[in-house]
Amino acid sequence: MASVAIRDVRKAFGTSVVIHGVSIDIGDGEFVVLVGPSGCGKTTLLRMIAGLENITAGEIRIGERVVNQVPPKERDVAMVFQNYALYPHMTVAQNMAFSLKLRGASQAEIDERVKQAAEILGLGPYLARYPRQLSGGQRQRVAMGRAIVRNPQVFLFDEPLSNLDAKLRVQMRTEIKELHQRLKTTTIYVTHDQIEAMTMADRIVVMHDGIVEQIGAPLELYDHPANLFVAGFIGSPAMNILKGRLLGGERAVFDGGDGIRFPLHHMPAGGDGRPVICGVRPEHFALSSDGTEAEVQVVEPTGSEIHVVAKMGSEDVIAVFRERHQFRPGDKIRLRPDPRLVHLFDEATGRRLGS
Amino acid sequence: MADIILKAPCNTASAPHRVTAWERLKADRNWLGFWFMLPAGVFLILFLAYPLGLGIWLSFTDARLGRPGDFVGIENYQFLWDDSTFWLTVFNTLLYTSVASVIKFAIGLYLALLLNERLPFKAIIRAVVLIPFIVPTVLSAIAFWWLFDPQFSIISWSLRKLHLISANIDFLGDPWNARWSVIFANIWRGVPFVAITLLAGLQTVSPSLYEAAIIDGSTPWQRFRYITYPLLTPIIAVVMTFSVLFTFTDFQLIWVMTRGGPVNATHLMATFSYQRAIMSGYLGEGAAISTAMIPFLLCAILVSWFGLQRRKWQQGESDD
Ligand SMILES: Nc1ncnc2c1ncn2[C@@H]1O[C@H](COP(=O)(O)OP(=O)(O)OP(=O)(O)O)[C@@H](O)[C@H]1O
Ligand SMILES: [Mg+2]
Repeated sequence: MASVAIRDVRKAFGTSVVIHGVSIDIGDGEFVVLVGPSGCGKTTLLRMIAGLENITAGEIRIGERVVNQVPPKERDVAMVFQNYALYPHMTVAQNMAFSLKLRGASQAEIDERVKQAAEILGLGPYLARYPRQLSGGQRQRVAMGRAIVRNPQVFLFDEPLSNLDAKLRVQMRTEIKELHQRLKTTTIYVTHDQIEAMTMADRIVVMHDGIVEQIGAPLELYDHPANLFVAGFIGSPAMNILKGRLLGGERAVFDGGDGIRFPLHHMPAGGDGRPVICGVRPEHFALSSDGTEAEVQVVEPTGSEIHVVAKMGSEDVIAVFRERHQFRPGDKIRLRPDPRLVHLFDEATGRRLGS
Repeated sequence: MADIILKAPCNTASAPHRVTAWERLKADRNWLGFWFMLPAGVFLILFLAYPLGLGIWLSFTDARLGRPGDFVGIENYQFLWDDSTFWLTVFNTLLYTSVASVIKFAIGLYLALLLNERLPFKAIIRAVVLIPFIVPTVLSAIAFWWLFDPQFSIISWSLRKLHLISANIDFLGDPWNARWSVIFANIWRGVPFVAITLLAGLQTVSPSLYEAAIIDGSTPWQRFRYITYPLLTPIIAVVMTFSVLFTFTDFQLIWVMTRGGPVNATHLMATFSYQRAIMSGYLGEGAAISTAMIPFLLCAILVSWFGLQRRKWQQGESDD
């Protein structure tokens, strides 16, 4: 096991720059999730750590060693590919044994390690099968098995669950997390699914267009998004974003026009009249007689909660209630956000205001 | 056609009136397959089975050019059995086929691997590799004939200018020189087919398999040995079967370059058969020589058939 340090890493393919200076420090044994929209450079960064892509500028360390010029086989990392990349002409056992065989391990050691990995992953009955004869979830487990037999310094996962159906994805999510708790190997996990990121990560790195937007523990990102991008990206349903300005007076208020008025807990610096963007998580709305009026558009019960899309002024907002309100489209409701949980962002830079 | 298929089950299941046998045949699903195969079947019989059958029949007659023969049993074969020239052509054909095929495979595979890498000017190189394949065989044979000319050979000329030899090489006049020369020409002509087909096969191998193998710690040789080669074997089997068949039955190159000479040193079974049947007019004997090629060809096909059998890893359904 080892820590991984990424220092101001850049990557250009020809003239197009895809990663513009990314720095991340990953502790020994940590489970870090890289998350971001499609095309933001997650795979590219992972492949640079694995050694499959050259590093244009900057430095990557695994443990104490700078690995920029170290070939992949000497980096001691294992990677699980999005399409699993299982060797089709090898059985499950041979797939898992391949790296050990190349390394010249003894047959006894290979058998022992493969057996151990198969046990951890529940692959025992399938060892003699070929990848074609396995279900998606089983293939995914073989791909992980291939990584864990090597007992590497670092695991790299590139969207390993994106080919699975929703139920299996949830199940494998738990399995991967359990596996990590058991092996405690440093893990870098790429996904564009923020739920996966939230549920699995010790720390999340939110990337966007080749830069890091924010690094932090899942709830830290949820509660204190550093900017509008993170605020909108983390959380489902997404945070409501409203444009407006601050109003001072007896109590600080966010004024979104069209009668939208949210009381604030405190007035951030720059105060009265400042144009801002206000973010409210759907579950932080409550029904209140002094709230802003909104007209119900759509009601979506999920069972555990109901999602209500309502027109507030000219904006659609979404509110989530745990209570089973009997709303109908067209109903008028009054919504008021919890003042302590309202997020404010600078209109020009998108940065968070206050703490 | 769709309505035939749709109607088929109700016709057989619940026809109120008596259907004629012909109507039933027309609509029956099992027969439908037969009807679809019929055009192809007629074509195959007309252009493949008939000439083949005729050739085999002729080999049992004493037919001459312009005179239908009588059945003579295996007399032609008995004659060939004692004919040393025939055995020489068998030897020549086997030598020609085996040496040329092995070398074509080696060079073809090498080129395919090379072209599968990132190379500058890849498209141009690929096109260049295809040239020998595009040029009509007769033209390339004539070109080689000039290259190997006893007086004007550019090869001899260059070597002489380099002071490596003192006299022109007699490429096509000396038996062994002639054999190697025609084999060389055949290789030159056959390599593109092997190379391009293997390249197509290589491109079906997912690059992520190589990346996985790189991370698993493999050397380039190990990647070839454990990933590329096993995944390529089905295609190698097809390509090499065709290559062997084409080489074994080669005619044009030899006929243009040497006509089988000197002293039959480069006569292959195909050219020898043509000479006996058409040039000398002994149709029955020529047909017997051609027919004698069949067992060899069947052998080649059988070998590849076993090589081609779907391997276990290629089939998904069964558990064992
Ligand atoms: N080999 C390449 N040559 C040129 N551009 C590339 C190459 N590989 C990736 N890119 C570009 O780099 C950017 C980042 O790609 P990358 O695959 O890292 O995205 P990603 O974050 O993994 O996206 P996704 O979630 O869709 O997998 C994309 O704009 C892509 O077009
Ligand atoms: Mg990706």
